[in-house]
Amino acid sequence: MSLERPDSVDDAAVERTPDEIEALLGDLVVDRDDHLNAPGFVIRPDTVQETLRTLKEQAGYDHLSVVSAQEYENRYESIYHLKKYDDPTQEVSIVVPADKDHPVSESAEPVFRTADWHEREAYDLIGIEYDDHPDLRRILLPETWQGHPLSMDYDKDRPQIATLPAHANPLEEHHKDAESDTMFLNIGPHHPATHGVLHLKTVLDGEQVADVEPDIGYLHRSEEQMAQSGTYRHQIMPYPDRWDYISAGLLNEWAYARAAEDLADIEVPEYAQVIRTMGAEMCRIAAHMLALATFALDINGDFTATFMYAINDRERVQNLLEDLTGQRLMFNYFRLGGVVWDLPEPREEFFSKTRDFLDQLPESVEEYHNLITSNEVFQMRTIDTGILPPEVAKNYGATGPVARGSGVDYDLRRDDPYGYYDELDWDVVTEDGGDNFSRLLVRMREVEESAKIIEQCVDLLEDWPEDERNIQANVPRTLRPDDDTEIYRAVEGAKGELGIYIRADGTDKPARFKIRSPCFSNLQTLPEMANGEYIPDVIAALGSLDVVLGEVDR
Amino acid sequence: MSSDQPFITDESQVVTETRDARMTGQGDRFNSRLREAFGSSPFILTKFDKFLNWCRGSSMFMLQFGIACCSIEMMHTYAVKHDLDRFGSGVPRASPRQADVMIVPGTIVSKFAPRMKRVYDQMPEPKFVVGMGSCTISGGPFQEGYNVIKGAEEVIPIDIHVPGCPPRPEALVYGVVKLQERVANGEAAPVTVKPYELEEFSDLERDELVDKLADQIDDDELVMRYNFADSP
Repeated sequence: MSLERPDSVDDAAVERTPDEIEALLGDLVVDRDDHLNAPGFVIRPDTVQETLRTLKEQAGYDHLSVVSAQEYENRYESIYHLKKYDDPTQEVSIVVPADKDHPVSESAEPVFRTADWHEREAYDLIGIEYDDHPDLRRILLPETWQGHPLSMDYDKDRPQIATLPAHANPLEEHHKDAESDTMFLNIGPHHPATHGVLHLKTVLDGEQVADVEPDIGYLHRSEEQMAQSGTYRHQIMPYPDRWDYISAGLLNEWAYARAAEDLADIEVPEYAQVIRTMGAEMCRIAAHMLALATFALDINGDFTATFMYAINDRERVQNLLEDLTGQRLMFNYFRLGGVVWDLPEPREEFFSKTRDFLDQLPESVEEYHNLITSNEVFQMRTIDTGILPPEVAKNYGATGPVARGSGVDYDLRRDDPYGYYDELDWDVVTEDGGDNFSRLLVRMREVEESAKIIEQCVDLLEDWPEDERNIQANVPRTLRPDDDTEIYRAVEGAKGELGIYIRADGTDKPARFKIRSPCFSNLQTLPEMANGEYIPDVIAALGSLDVVLGEVDR
Repeated sequence: MSSDQPFITDESQVVTETRDARMTGQGDRFNSRLREAFGSSPFILTKFDKFLNWCRGSSMFMLQFGIACCSIEMMHTYAVKHDLDRFGSGVPRASPRQADVMIVPGTIVSKFAPRMKRVYDQMPEPKFVVGMGSCTISGGPFQEGYNVIKGAEEVIPIDIHVPGCPPRPEALVYGVVKLQERVANGEAAPVTVKPYELEEFSDLERDELVDKLADQIDDDELVMRYNFADSP
């Protein structure tokens, strides 16, 4: 190894102007296509790897958030949304047009591992083919599906056939000698430990995992199509609740609200921002409680008591959310430009209920520490299992508690502030272990941070002057953002960076609505953690990733 | 050991009422209130299937089956506060082979429908299904989706529909109790062999699509065909 530090390390942190990036890329740039959130550079479809490698290694853009693909009248297009883990406000979009008749584009998988699944999804739904991709096949829809549903000429009414295949052992041909006897094991799609309808194709060598491949798409509810057929103003907002349905509704609604508000240039009143922040953190507590409950159950079926305790705390916070929004799970509380109604009357009662909840929370957290984190069996099962090194996590685009459990200090609430977060006093939690235990600890400590945020919000709301309680900005009845404006905006959801890409076409409905789900990227890291470990560790690793299939499959 | 002297113990240390009741036979557990209700005869005369239906309705084993959003509310129904077990139906079983009732909690999509039918087929007769949420009725908010089955009834028969998006735990409890009532009253036909098995690929009627997929799918592979144009 050379002792000289490569230039890229020094260059990585430097913020570059769009023109400097263009100069860095030189001849690779064919055209400019700026988005509202970032400068966009159009490149030729056979220079994807070169471009992304230059940006990753020489300019420090080490986070490929999402690949969003779409079809235009005259071309196909894939967009690689790049960011920096150190500073997510530095963004750049790489736009790759592909031929209308024969859409082929180079794969980014050798540069960013996370592109694997994202490009498979683009192939599945839009129909763009990626050269040099290691395993280009459908990911969300059945293998035998006809047509690409988000392409322009797709006929929704055509008949389809889905199969129930008996799976072959994918390692068999590599182990032809008589000595190897691997076993193929299907885990799921109906299995208590998969947290929904996830299917793990697992190859076992004795008790050890030789290969595990998540097979997703069992809950692919066409969310992007639903959003593309709804109007901005009211019809899209109910759907985000159903992406991450573990009570994280308000966090998801905020993702859509933030993208659409920036797209239509709507300023949200401060009072509404405080209510949003408070509600969102209540959702985060509820979501992390369920993660904790089911993780404990995955580790050992005898942790049923922990499950009941955590559900009990969820019930408490759900009661508060129900008072606030009127619903237990699917809140539909945010509106573009604010929230739908003010705090429930009498306000004092709501505040005192919230304070009661916050007062007993430290005691509950203490109880969880007694029940699980200080439990010897639990420690043996989780410490030093399912290790995810920070570099690997970044390469896979992992975010949220999964990245923070690996010591990646990345939280959009602080790094790309929105709402009222930058006015409040709280900390981003990280743990350096990178194992199952660290990820759980991050979640438990985040619950305490969320409680801190809620408390400050309650203080603010209590003292808010009565005539300044403005919950809603003036928003036109029908929103028609300008033709061909594009935006990608993300918020910190319960599981990580939840982003929305919207392309407007001048009508009151989005022309393309792409959801960047944190679980989709996080789940991709499972083979890295599980291969070579024992099979119970796979279950533990999956539990600690805390995926929710509604968001993975969308 | 026989002795005239009764065994003496420290009276203050025991609950004397209970002991007295035992010695005098007042609290004889055979003299239960149930028996009083029967009168002097310790026998009940009833029809065998009526009795069996009552047993079935009073002890429902649920399949632990999570699909989508509704499964979160289903978990709350099983857990503290709502506690479905109070009604004799709160034991979730992980294996379909041990379950009587399947709650279908969520949206069914094309890839999952054959698997759900397989799970349903694996449950022993008599079996019952509670459809939870709007998605199992019609596809709910996702009805227009290209990949969504318009209601679970397209795939398996459903006894009770619980509407809502998602239904509150109280609504699910009500639905399950209604099912128990129906089973106990013999209204939900308990034993029927329903012709709901998955087809093999070679059973499908030949048409353009089947011909096209012929080289991808083996003849004996289990398949499910969706005619989206005919869906409601």
